[in-house]
Amino acid sequence: MRLAYQFSLESDLIRADGIEATEFPDLAGRHRVYAVPKTVINEASYIEGSMPEEFFLDEILKAATPAQEEPT
Amino acid sequence: MGLIRDTDVAEIRARLEGMVNPVKLVHFTQELNLEYGRETRQLLEELAQLSDKVSLETYNFLLDKEKVAEYAVDKVPATAIRNGKDFGIRFFGLPAGYEFSTLLDAILAVSKGDSGLQPETREKLTQLTRPLHLEVFVTPT
Repeated sequence: MRLAYQFSLESDLIRADGIEATEFPDLAGRHRVYAVPKTVINEASYIEGSMPEEFFLDEILKAATPAQEEPT
Repeated sequence: MGLIRDTDVAEIRARLEGMVNPVKLVHFTQELNLEYGRETRQLLEELAQLSDKVSLETYNFLLDKEKVAEYAVDKVPATAIRNGKDFGIRFFGLPAGYEFSTLLDAILAVSKGDSGLQPETREKLTQLTRPLHLEVFVTPT
């Protein structure tokens, strides 16, 4: 959560919500939160667990970039 | 009885002394049917008393529709942490245990207006072109 907040502070395009999972069981259930922390990106992709800044960044950028054709 | 223990007050005050600019906690709640609504509000009120630089505004989730829309809050209890600018930092629920500590860190970072991220991270984040919504699920520990 700390990293997500730092990212939000850094970029005007990023909104970061910390959500207490047990108080919002329906939402947590919809995103299949069985372990925390779990980060949901644009309600579409997920990051499980904590990770160092550079990996978190990579995951976020991956989610933010439209899917591209894999070169063959 | 206070939710913040007397033994923790001095430490919290000391951490908040690192603040630079004022920070505003914008809180949304409702009176009824909210399990931890009362505790969350009380906790934030106690926290705001521990520093001259922390202020608290509380809105009614059901009645203050303009503010609810402005902060894009869709569930309560919700708390936005901002200075003169709203960066998009929110916490939903009662920030207890470890999350309380994270809240203090967020207040300090917002107060300094510095994310504390690595230069390379900051650089790469400038390449973002689309809005990103991060929802981080946590539990009190």
